[in-house]
Amino acid sequence: MKRLAVILCLLAAPVLAVEPSEMLRDPVLETRAQALDHELRCVKCQSEAIASSSAAWAADARVLVRELIAEGKSDAEVMDFFVDRYGEYVRMRPAARGAGLVLWIAGPLMLLAGIGVAALAMRGRRGAPEVAALGPEEQARLDQILRDRGS
Amino acid sequence: MYNELGHFALILAFCIALVQMVVPLIGAAKGWNVWMRVGEPAATLQFILIAVSFAALTHAFVTSDFSLLVVTANSHTLKPMLYKITGVWGNHEGSLLLWVLILALFGASAAWFGGGLPDRLRARVLSVQGAIGVAFLAFILWTSNPFERLEIPPFNGQDLNPLLQDVGLAFHPPFLYLGYVGLSMSFSFAVAALIEGRVDAAWGRWVRPWTLAAWLFLTIGIALGSWWAYYELGWGGFWFWDPVENASFMPWLIAAALLHSAIVVEKREALKSWTVLLAILAFGFSLIGTFIVRSGLLTSVHAFANDPERGMFILAILVLFTGGALILFALRAHALQAKGVFALASRETALIANNVLLAVACFVVFVGTVWPLVAEMAWGQKLSVGPPFFDAAFTPFMVALALILPLGALIPWKRARLGRAWRSLVPALIAAIAIGALVWTLQSGRSILAPIAAVLAVWIIGGTIVELWTRAGRGDYALKLRRLGGLPRADWGKAVVHSGFAVTLFGVAALTAWQSEDIRVARVGDSFALGAYQVTLDAVREDVRGPNWIATEADVSLSKNGKIVAQLTPEKRFYQIAGMPTTEAAIANGVFRDLYVVIGDPQQGGGYALRSHIKPFANWIWAGAIIMALGGCLSLSDRRHRIAAGARRAAKTVPAE
Repeated sequence: MKRLAVILCLLAAPVLAVEPSEMLRDPVLETRAQALDHELRCVKCQSEAIASSSAAWAADARVLVRELIAEGKSDAEVMDFFVDRYGEYVRMRPAARGAGLVLWIAGPLMLLAGIGVAALAMRGRRGAPEVAALGPEEQARLDQILRDRGS
Repeated sequence: MYNELGHFALILAFCIALVQMVVPLIGAAKGWNVWMRVGEPAATLQFILIAVSFAALTHAFVTSDFSLLVVTANSHTLKPMLYKITGVWGNHEGSLLLWVLILALFGASAAWFGGGLPDRLRARVLSVQGAIGVAFLAFILWTSNPFERLEIPPFNGQDLNPLLQDVGLAFHPPFLYLGYVGLSMSFSFAVAALIEGRVDAAWGRWVRPWTLAAWLFLTIGIALGSWWAYYELGWGGFWFWDPVENASFMPWLIAAALLHSAIVVEKREALKSWTVLLAILAFGFSLIGTFIVRSGLLTSVHAFANDPERGMFILAILVLFTGGALILFALRAHALQAKGVFALASRETALIANNVLLAVACFVVFVGTVWPLVAEMAWGQKLSVGPPFFDAAFTPFMVALALILPLGALIPWKRARLGRAWRSLVPALIAAIAIGALVWTLQSGRSILAPIAAVLAVWIIGGTIVELWTRAGRGDYALKLRRLGGLPRADWGKAVVHSGFAVTLFGVAALTAWQSEDIRVARVGDSFALGAYQVTLDAVREDVRGPNWIATEADVSLSKNGKIVAQLTPEKRFYQIAGMPTTEAAIANGVFRDLYVVIGDPQQGGGYALRSHIKPFANWIWAGAIIMALGGCLSLSDRRHRIAAGARRAAKTVPAE
């Protein structure tokens, strides 16, 4: 089954992720917390953010995120807190340095390479006869034909 | 008895596939007509034998024959009949059997409908198709035999994974396989062309319908899967950028590129070697997808060790076919001489840009999918690459693609005057910007994503209308309409597919940017506001019994301005035999929004966890996919595809009569 992996990792508990009891009362802070939930990986799960996992670890992590936010920590500080303890692995969005840097620049580099190859291939065609535009007579004849068809 | 018959048919199919691989290839090389002709009956016979085998396995599932290991592991007497049948492919062994059945079906169709193909090309195509069949039949027979017996059959089975007991998911794999395996036809044509050393306009015309069919099945398959995830997984996500999803998305992207470059081959005899390369890569990515899913390599590095035999076998198939084809490509690609020349401003250049963007987008998905593995093996770094990465790194390419689409679809082949094209697109541009500005004002201060998507969607659809209108030519309206009606179906197909793409694009962005949710503990009788709606938990019933599950069921009503707009009954089921819970979200579908309610566990202090969402424009995502598929069908039904094949056959059979 193609979806087995998705299923298995979501199967761990296909119930609600963020439990009502965990939520912060301040809606602005809660919105920030929920955004962070999507950036942090549940390290005990297969490939899930803590936002959607209902493993106990993810629940604890969500509570911790909210405690840190309530203490007045910034989003970056919360991320750092988790990265210090669980390593880069905990980021769902790899940082753009080290091995992660390759990941981020792979797309743009490939795009440049693609454009370069396409440009080279098209220049290589220069040897082929140039595409001539229609001469004035041909253009007049074409216009005539088009007029006839149009009327 | 039936099981042995099925097993025997499968072994026989393997032998026939061997013949189909070897004999026509030698025939084509030596120019022996009789040998070349062996391919056709072999392909038909192989299909019949695999169909017999598949029927035998289906029989075992339907009659709950627990002497078969796969039936015991994946079925149960209490399971509804529909899921007994779909359970045939709801497991590794059975799904592989479906895979080869579809492969054989495609091979046989090439034999049945390939009358217009030159004899040598057809013989070689069937031979390559036979080789793929040999590889996968060997894989089934040696590592994943569905007809393996149990010495002591149990009284009942272990039931199918309850998440798979669902209509959306039941038909998701067959469509996906039709797509994956359909790309094997493009691959066979590419390899045959490389052996032959010739790619011409006719080749482009033969490859296109197969690729189009494969692409449209992939579109349906992916859409079904995403729809299933949306309503079944219980929180309304529709795409997770999971390795398994990416595995199906990468061939889709490459197939889309291939469709466009094959047009250039067909119309202009340019981009030949690139098109052949894409055809190889498209099937290569299908195989990589199969490998990723079957080996468990990417979801968990350790799962690979659990089943090293199967993983290694598919890896060998992958390396053999993709690697072999790429080597052949390196040796022979120079023989493929391009003929058509074109200026920088031309449809050709626009289609090259389309190809570069799609290929790079696929590359980004590929790198993101395999990077955690590479980083761990090369540097010992454990990394996670999740949706935030893909959203950021993949989206720009789709935006660029949408930006160039209307212009590329409009400008003429060979040499274009950009100024003229721009002028005719001005109405579309104005409409797009106006709608974008309107959306931006209305949403007041939320993410810029949705307005951008609105601009792009209107730009694409407006551009499509402009293009059709230009094609209608000059004259009064009646004449224009008549000309529009007379346009080839392929042109209408193109317009419809592009519009579908625009609809999906907008649906994805609008849902992502505008969805809202409410999570709370609700007691029976509680009522609260969600956006413009009032949500009330009317009742909760415990211990509702289904055929193979027990559920907690809730009645939730949603009203707007005092009027009830929807009464929903979300469920939380527990499948006793499989020992698994599932969430059955209740959704009130609408054109502009879905209302989505999920009931959760009872809470300690009384009440239930209740989650309610507003999902704006959710259905547009799948509506767009359906429109894309319909456009594909429209294009497939173009008379060019039917006539071209038929005319040749007629020309050949006439002297014989």
